[in-house]
Amino acid sequence: MKVTLSHIHKRFGAVHANNDISINVEGGTIFGLLGENGAGKSTLMKVLSGFFAADSGEIKLNDQVVSLSSPADALEKGIGMLHQDPLDVPPMRLLENFMMGVRGFLQPRRTAESSFRELCQAFDFDLDPHAFVHDLSVGERQQLEIVRLLWLGVETLILDEPTTGISAPQKEKLFATLHQLAADGKSIIFVSHKLEDVEVLCSEVAVLRQGVLVGQQNAPIDPAGLVKMMFVQEVNLEERLNVDLGSTFLQVQDATMSDLRLKMEGVTLDVKAGEVIGLAGLEGSGQQLLMQACAGLHRIDKGAIVVGGQTLSGRPYQEWLNAGVAFMPADRMAEGLVPGLSIAEHHVLTRYRRDQEQDKKTIDWPLFRKHSQEKITEFNIKGFVDSTVESLSGGNQQRALLSLLPKKLRLLIMEHPTRGLDIESVLYIWGKLLKRRQDGTAIIFSSADLDEVFQYSDRIVVCFGGQITAVLNTSETSVEQLGYLIAGKQPPADLREENV
Amino acid sequence: MKRSFSPVAVGVAPVLLALLVTSLIIIIAGAQPLEVFLAIINGSFGTAIKISDTFVVWVSLAICSAGLLVTFRAGQWNIGVEGQIVLGAIGAVWATRLFEGGAPALVISTMLLLGMIAGALWGVLVGLLKIYGGVNEIFGGLGLNFVATSMTIYLISGPWKPEGTSSVSASKLLPNEIWLPTLEGLRVSPVSIVLALIVIVLVFLALRGTIWGLELKAVGQNDRSAFVLGVPTQRILLSAYTVCGICAGLVGAILVAGVRHQLVVNISAGYGFFSILIVLLSGFTAVWSPLIAFFFAALGIGGTALRLGLDLDSSLSGVLQGVLVVSFELVQGIRQKWFGGDN
Repeated sequence: MKVTLSHIHKRFGAVHANNDISINVEGGTIFGLLGENGAGKSTLMKVLSGFFAADSGEIKLNDQVVSLSSPADALEKGIGMLHQDPLDVPPMRLLENFMMGVRGFLQPRRTAESSFRELCQAFDFDLDPHAFVHDLSVGERQQLEIVRLLWLGVETLILDEPTTGISAPQKEKLFATLHQLAADGKSIIFVSHKLEDVEVLCSEVAVLRQGVLVGQQNAPIDPAGLVKMMFVQEVNLEERLNVDLGSTFLQVQDATMSDLRLKMEGVTLDVKAGEVIGLAGLEGSGQQLLMQACAGLHRIDKGAIVVGGQTLSGRPYQEWLNAGVAFMPADRMAEGLVPGLSIAEHHVLTRYRRDQEQDKKTIDWPLFRKHSQEKITEFNIKGFVDSTVESLSGGNQQRALLSLLPKKLRLLIMEHPTRGLDIESVLYIWGKLLKRRQDGTAIIFSSADLDEVFQYSDRIVVCFGGQITAVLNTSETSVEQLGYLIAGKQPPADLREENV
Repeated sequence: MKRSFSPVAVGVAPVLLALLVTSLIIIIAGAQPLEVFLAIINGSFGTAIKISDTFVVWVSLAICSAGLLVTFRAGQWNIGVEGQIVLGAIGAVWATRLFEGGAPALVISTMLLLGMIAGALWGVLVGLLKIYGGVNEIFGGLGLNFVATSMTIYLISGPWKPEGTSSVSASKLLPNEIWLPTLEGLRVSPVSIVLALIVIVLVFLALRGTIWGLELKAVGQNDRSAFVLGVPTQRILLSAYTVCGICAGLVGAILVAGVRHQLVVNISAGYGFFSILIVLLSGFTAVWSPLIAFFFAALGIGGTALRLGLDLDSSLSGVLQGVLVVSFELVQGIRQKWFGGDN
């Protein structure tokens, strides 16, 4: 099925997530959609799969203008989306899951089972219809989802980051399946930030950056050109503050850490007091795991993490806090702030726990509202002492989080500290952070904005596929070089020589 | 859509809806709604004895809902509160056996104390199961409720079986001296009312003015953020269950010392479950829940008058209570879903 998106606009508040995007996907082709996290890929695909309506623009299927009111509606019109793996699956058998989305009253068990087996055979999937879904690997769940969507009559298949968390043979099989589907005349949209996947799979690639379609390529694909489109921006290096670094404060010693999707082995990293480390890498390459481990929020499997001379790995989180470690999460409302509580209540919570007033049991509200008002003024938060944190804008939530940091801070770990913020907030927040740095606070942060990484870090740590693949001195590295490393490729020799 | 109801409408609409639905049911049952409502009011406030009976029920509901406010504040559905009441009652009877023949004041205080301890332990057990065993508090609580009931049956028919009777429905009646003192000719004990008021005020102050209260709220709203901010979330959860267990245990002890004077099978009488409804209706506020508890107590006592006066089943007042809660949730839900109102 031919899919045409024309002039799609979608805004979320101040963020223009899709800005006038037009793409055309022919039937029988595999179309790659490339871009960093937050570039607008998922938004575009959610528009196409009926999750939400575009503010303006047009969707055509086989040259017929359609409106898609819901995912079920899109499915009926032949568009199916394979989401990044849903981890919470009810205890359900494969066959039951397979029948999800079928219209009608009775479960068509017999026909479903024979179709299921036929489809699995056609694609050489080894799935038992009576097994349980939660026993499947991520790759097998994908296979299940693919046969389900095909059975429901999908003509256009959207895959969102399908190669994250699956094994190499499963990936091979997935790619073979996609080629087979394309040969059958289906159109495939492959959303990814992995260059090497797009390179081997797609016949056409579009690159999004900050909501805008910045370029398109037909096969054969030139990865260097794509890296340029994805990352390179004007970099204005301001005069950087030179801070005398202190002694080593954080040591990660040959640590192994793992979560459901990723295992990082042999991680070693030293961070000095006052140093700023920028973590660069595609989303899901291990930065998040590494930061959570260094903040004491994720228990490592092997090795040690030493903070200020004390081995804290395996110790309760409270001890990490006492050692002067603080964490600012990317998902502010899920892991940083408590919705329903006011700014003042947040100040009370953190102040009593972290600073010297732990012996107090009751709250002197008038005094605390005054303290809180002072913080609100100091951190330029647009809100009131009684404002609940969810009523604040993103930038002000981030300022509120900053205002909660304890006075004695030795190591600050931040996931995407300025993601989604306006430029004024970004400059303000970094101003505050760099002041902390002069007091000897070490900072580790991740960012998808390479400008930000270059601007503020002393050293850049590159993660790829669960490994630290490079530790670079910022002053000796070029943006282009970093672009290659982030994409898991070695920079070409000429680039390396230029900069060494 | 910024349209929203006024707070008055939010409070009144569910009551009107509940009265309407109940009226329909009464008409179907073949009676006059107005007559029935008057009978309920008369049955709960008509005489001094009836008012005092209403207060007897109120004490249990008010203390129990105060405890539940704490667990709800921490985001916990403490369904196990019913079993915690039962354990309180068992603890109180156990105290009378330990100190048989002791000074009445001593025995009564020990009854209350042991009741609170037993209730607290039963509550903490739910919390421990949740934190360390991954057992959802609703299932854990429900399971422990059954265990508590079975314990009562075992004690009554086994070790605590009254001598010389074949009865298996109750333990030995306690001697008069260790009953909570009541007002002349009435069933209500001023001591229990004072205890209820103390508990309500303490919970109100704790939730409003202490760090602990704020930490409960933070854990209830988002335990992950609270943890990252440095709140010891597990300890806070356990403390919430402890406090609620203490309150429920106190209710059990008062039921033994002040109302039933023996251990009976259904001693908790659904007060725990009613209290959950009361707290829901009060919007989780310490100011409203004692008042709503009073309303529920009046409905309960008034309901018993129906059978005597109008030859209707007393369960009609239960219908009114249930419909009221559903109406309240319905109005809230509609407001949130269709009118974008918050809270």
